[in-house]
Amino acid sequence: MSMFFTIAVIVLVFLIIFQIAKASEYVSVIKGEEKSRKEQNRVNGFFMIAFLIAGLIGVYYCNKALYPDTLLAHDAASTQGDKVDSMLRLTLVITGIVFFITQILLFWFSYKYQETDKRKAYYIAHNNKLELIWTVVPAVALTALIVFGLKNWFAFTGPAPKDALQIEITGKQFGWIFRYPGADQTFGKKYYKLIDDANHNDLGQDWNDSKNFDDIIVQANMYCVVNRPVNLRIFSRDVIHDVGLSAFRLKQDAVPGTPTSLWFTPKYTTKEMKEKLGNPDFQYEISCDQMCGNGHYSMRGVIEVVTQEEYDVWLAQQKPNYYAAFPDKDPANKKSTQPAATDSTKTTAAVKADTTKQKM
Amino acid sequence: MSNEASMHTDTSVSVPVEVHHHEEHAHHHHHESFITKYVFSQDHKMISKQFLITGMFWGIVGGLMSVLFRLQLGYPDESFPWLQDLLGKWWFENGHLTAQAYYALVTTHGTVLVFFVLTAGLSGTFANLLIPLQVGARDMASPFLNMLSYWFFFTASIVMLSSIFVSTGPFSGGWTAYPPLSALHDASPGSQHGMDLWIIAMAIFVVSSLLGGLNYIVTILNMRTKGMSMTRLPLTMWALFFTAVLGVLSFPVLLSGLILLIFDRNFGTSFYLSDIFVSSTNTALPNEGGNAVLFQHLFWFLGHPEVYIILLPALGMVSDIISVHARKPIFGYMAMVASLFAIAILSFLVWAHHMFVSGLNPFLGSIFVLLTLLIAVPSAVKVFNWLTTLWRGNIRFPPSMLFAIGFVSLFISGGLTGIWLGNSALDIHLHDTYFVIAHFHIVMGVASMFGMFAGIYQWFPKMFGRYLNNTLGYIHFWVTIAGAYLIFWPMHYEGLAGMPRRYYDYSTWISFNQFGDLNRFISTVAMIVFSAQLLFLFNFFYSIFKGRKLTTPNPWQANTLEWTTPIHAGHGNWPGEIPEVHRWAYDYGKDGRDFIPQDVPIGKDESLH
Repeated sequence: MSMFFTIAVIVLVFLIIFQIAKASEYVSVIKGEEKSRKEQNRVNGFFMIAFLIAGLIGVYYCNKALYPDTLLAHDAASTQGDKVDSMLRLTLVITGIVFFITQILLFWFSYKYQETDKRKAYYIAHNNKLELIWTVVPAVALTALIVFGLKNWFAFTGPAPKDALQIEITGKQFGWIFRYPGADQTFGKKYYKLIDDANHNDLGQDWNDSKNFDDIIVQANMYCVVNRPVNLRIFSRDVIHDVGLSAFRLKQDAVPGTPTSLWFTPKYTTKEMKEKLGNPDFQYEISCDQMCGNGHYSMRGVIEVVTQEEYDVWLAQQKPNYYAAFPDKDPANKKSTQPAATDSTKTTAAVKADTTKQKM
Repeated sequence: MSNEASMHTDTSVSVPVEVHHHEEHAHHHHHESFITKYVFSQDHKMISKQFLITGMFWGIVGGLMSVLFRLQLGYPDESFPWLQDLLGKWWFENGHLTAQAYYALVTTHGTVLVFFVLTAGLSGTFANLLIPLQVGARDMASPFLNMLSYWFFFTASIVMLSSIFVSTGPFSGGWTAYPPLSALHDASPGSQHGMDLWIIAMAIFVVSSLLGGLNYIVTILNMRTKGMSMTRLPLTMWALFFTAVLGVLSFPVLLSGLILLIFDRNFGTSFYLSDIFVSSTNTALPNEGGNAVLFQHLFWFLGHPEVYIILLPALGMVSDIISVHARKPIFGYMAMVASLFAIAILSFLVWAHHMFVSGLNPFLGSIFVLLTLLIAVPSAVKVFNWLTTLWRGNIRFPPSMLFAIGFVSLFISGGLTGIWLGNSALDIHLHDTYFVIAHFHIVMGVASMFGMFAGIYQWFPKMFGRYLNNTLGYIHFWVTIAGAYLIFWPMHYEGLAGMPRRYYDYSTWISFNQFGDLNRFISTVAMIVFSAQLLFLFNFFYSIFKGRKLTTPNPWQANTLEWTTPIHAGHGNWPGEIPEVHRWAYDYGKDGRDFIPQDVPIGKDESLH
């Protein structure tokens, strides 16, 4: 019922607008074309300056209301993010200045130079000096932005530090799988045709490669260590996904058949961020930022940033995926030997340089 | 430069040389049936109307789609049983838009707005209408190919429309159609028959655009009337010329990309496919060695010039409209031409800025940063030249001028955020967030739409011999510009919070669920702005039949040649000789004379500009 009422109101409003429009056209015919044109000019000229003022006030209030909800209200959670933020601020200042100058001139000129009998339009076709100025000034400003931008870009995309934590992240419809290299600090070989979800082989690990025996696979939350660089080796199992790390200000696509990588250094643990933001629900979320199918919006992962001690404890609790695939090989199922997980904790900190190589 | 000779050999055009009464010319034409006059017409003016009305149809369809998915974004918890009754279970379940339908709507909205409305509807309409009229030709170089161009567009429209009704739904992987999602039938229901139809529609559309584009180029180069040197062309002509060149050079690349995609989809090739395990069917595909990023290169090699194919006609028309209604010459004509040229060249060299985080080599990315930010220079030149054109003018505000000024405002706002996104070190954070949505909707979507509206309000009298209602035009403009800013300005903030685009629901995300109220606000404004477009639609069709009649052939007191034709120009445009051109199109306010049309010879004591 309310729907019909709404439609009736809309139709009525349309009819009223139409009648007014029609009537004003008749009036303008009676008044004469020139006179009515001048009247319409005055009204719209006034609207021009009114729109400018209302717009500037709107920009102010919009910023006041929404700025606290953006990431810029707090500092970034990674050292790379700090650089992104400082660049955002510089770019905002430069483009903001241009924005205000040009918009104000546009609407102010429109208002000020509206048609009047008192003035004749000033015939000016070009002025090389002026045109040179507004070619060179933007070029210089842009050069500054380019230099600043590329310096950061090469820093972000350059090789990860050698002591970086190596983690493999694989996107699939619709979730994330993480792999840790285990005690040997080397990822075992994998091949997509070996993928077998039913038998605990989500990534297609090649069980003929002994380097796979200690690789740990985690499905829900990825753990990493505060202030220690993390190097993500990014894969996809099916379509293109994107590892979106908004709190860290970074992202990188996951492309099937083409491994990519991304590294960053988290500055705060999840716990510290909760306190910093005053939000007990805060989590570092991984959002898929590349359209990947109907479940795209639900492809959520979580990064737990913890201290080294907490990380060591967590890692000690993880079992290599090999044991999930072959429970009979799990020493925990044989009473004689020690749990294998203990070994991996001892060697976590000692990272071999060769593991940083970005190879499949 | 006269094209008289070539036109006489064309039997489809009758040149009524014996006519003396300029207003009474229609009956001099050979027997035109309804079919040849309104359906399979070869008159560029009729074809332009066909493009415009088909484009408007798609504008309404695409707009309605955005209203539907904005309902989901703004009111995720509300139930709309009446929409379910209206559209059926595939679209709405329990009164809620389904995720499948949401992605289908988003994808189709993007595709039809970009290609059918802002490419065919904008440059198809105005290139057809204005090129022969403004260069002084009786029709396009090949009126027949021109007609085919429309009918290919029409066929593409039918195929695209039919894809909405297949049982698995239309394509739903985003308008960019990245494989493997678009290549694998099992990756998404929308990637089944809907995608085949999408590809076919796009392929036919490419043919349409090539036939049109070649015609526009040839006509502008070869069929200019006597005295119409290239440097006397109105800027609209330059813009449409560059637009056509861009289209001819880039659309075939998209076609090649799509053909490879058809092969990957249906014939077992591996151009884009490698290392894929499909979870829904639990199978590993045999394809190895392909590269998914290759499609992105092929797509954006069209895709980026495409945004300038959309924008350039608006840049040109807005320049002319501002000059006419400011009663001043356009400031820096040669700089305007040069900047159009620079934009056209650079638009081919920036495509990979859509791919900074796609796994592209970072060094290659840095080259594209440089070239992308370079494009801001000619854009800045254009803005400053428009501002200087307004400066010390004597500005009139018909709705076309309002939309032109609105265009400049949006072009500035959206162009400046391009400087953010073109810088890879910022794109690494902002890519695929609402910041991008805000950026391209303002600078390419709404701005070009404003260019299109400006063009319609300006040349409606030429098309139909009647005026649009001004009051409705003013309401249309002020509601639309205020609404456009209210919708898209706050989206920048959502983007700065990292809120990803193409999400069906944000409520489960801790990082992005703070914008519920804002999304509701944006959706409400979107519906109001959409209703204002209905007002325009009504104005348009009502005025065709009932609008105030033109009493003078030159209602805006403009200089360009189209206003030297009679109010109802027949096929062939000028009843007598094609006028000779003696000056550029911008002699407004010169030597104390309000305006001097292009066909007026230079006076003895006239000053040179």
